Amino acid sequence: MQYLLLIYGNEAAVHGATEEAGKEMHGAYMAYNKALIEAGVMCGGNALQPTSTATTVRLAAGKSQVQDGPYADTKEQLGGYYLIDVPDLDTALSWAARCPGASHGTMEVRPIWETGL
Amino acid sequence: MALAEDALCDAFAAALSTWPKQGAPANPEAWLMQAARRRVIDAVRRGRTRAAGAETLLAVTDPFAGADNNREIPDERLRLIFACAHPAIEAVMRAPLILQTVLGLEAAQIASAFLVRPAAMAQRLVRAKVKIRDAGIPFAIPEREEMPARLESVLEAIYAVFTQGWADPAGADARSRGLTEEALWLGRLLTVILPDEPEALGLLALMLHADARRAARRDAQGGFVALDAQDTALWDAALIGEAEQAILRAATMGRPGRFQIEAAIQSAHAHRRISGRTDWGAVAGFYDLLWRSTGSAVVAVNRAVAVGRRDGPQAGLALLAPLQEDQRMSGYQPYWAGRADLLARIGRIAEADAAYERAIGLETDPALRRYLAGQRAALH
Repeated sequence: MQYLLLIYGNEAAVHGATEEAGKEMHGAYMAYNKALIEAGVMCGGNALQPTSTATTVRLAAGKSQVQDGPYADTKEQLGGYYLIDVPDLDTALSWAARCPGASHGTMEVRPIWETGL
Repeated sequence: MALAEDALCDAFAAALSTWPKQGAPANPEAWLMQAARRRVIDAVRRGRTRAAGAETLLAVTDPFAGADNNREIPDERLRLIFACAHPAIEAVMRAPLILQTVLGLEAAQIASAFLVRPAAMAQRLVRAKVKIRDAGIPFAIPEREEMPARLESVLEAIYAVFTQGWADPAGADARSRGLTEEALWLGRLLTVILPDEPEALGLLALMLHADARRAARRDAQGGFVALDAQDTALWDAALIGEAEQAILRAATMGRPGRFQIEAAIQSAHAHRRISGRTDWGAVAGFYDLLWRSTGSAVVAVNRAVAVGRRDGPQAGLALLAPLQEDQRMSGYQPYWAGRADLLARIGRIAEADAAYERAIGLETDPALRRYLAGQRAALH
């Protein structure tokens, strides 16, 4: 089963971190990536640019409404994701717990809807 | 056997679609076993199996061949219980799920026990089972490292079933009476299939001790009888004996936990049957332990009452003081009743009266309300 691991964290804290802390975090993510690949469960993943770069689009009465900013203003913002393929939720949860993002924010684990597309 | 496990998951998924419409079968795990067998056979027929030759044939004829049948079926039931009490399932739905899928109770029965509308309960049960299927919650006995936390939610779910039934002491509602029996059955089952888990023994002992006092909880007129005023001759000695056995077995494993401590508290209360008096020193000591490991507000209140008996009402009140500003106490009857009793013992009558009034206003059981009103009247 495929799961999306969504990494939520306080952006300001992440981008305002000291150089040392930043390097440590980078190293942690590199190690995590490696572990996922070596376990054969990695299907993809990316860090996202901060919510200041986000834009929303909605269609209302046939007209497209474009607005600056993320979908919602939250205490923790979506900062990245991983797509993994594992047998069950418990395995997905244990990978989510190991993600460096888990110790600095919140991980959401969502199963992919297999629609056969 | 991966094939058997997949088949069981498929069978459960099938259950998700039929059970909401037809209701759970009388014997859910047997149903699951049969459905699982059918799916193994189907899978082989469709050529999906990767196992070769004779091994496949064996799987088709009996997925559980070579296994001790007595042991395997409880294991499957245990996996079902752990799936129902998985942390990904919302906490309030774990006990209802177990009642439906493991014990085959109807959604309407479960609804009335938990004071929820039947349609709402049915819907929430379906949602929970859909979550199990769609999120891929596994049917598996947790690994050693996960076991303490995972077992805790199973035990809490079973205890929730028990306390729902316990809320009807007169056994006036047949459904509630059934719930305590179901919880005891589950509790016993858990100690058989998880013989090395002392907390399972603790929960069983806790429930047995409570159930042993069933006949003494109300007097002939249906009036409430406080624990330390109960006629111990009405307590069920056999149940107490079984409870004590469980506690002793748990103690030999040297892994204390919340349910074992709660059972020990019950045991200390039950000792009045032999000694003629309640050993408040023991009760308070166990509550101190429980408080240190849980920090729960409910435990704090019970501890304050027990300490009040052991060290005097001032000591008890001192322990209640930090809870004064706690919002949760505004709806918690035992806090006010406990406070009232302690205040009365040191002669602060006006405050005790006010506290009893609060307690009465928060109590839903008429027998208990009458008792508290009687205590309040006795102040003057």
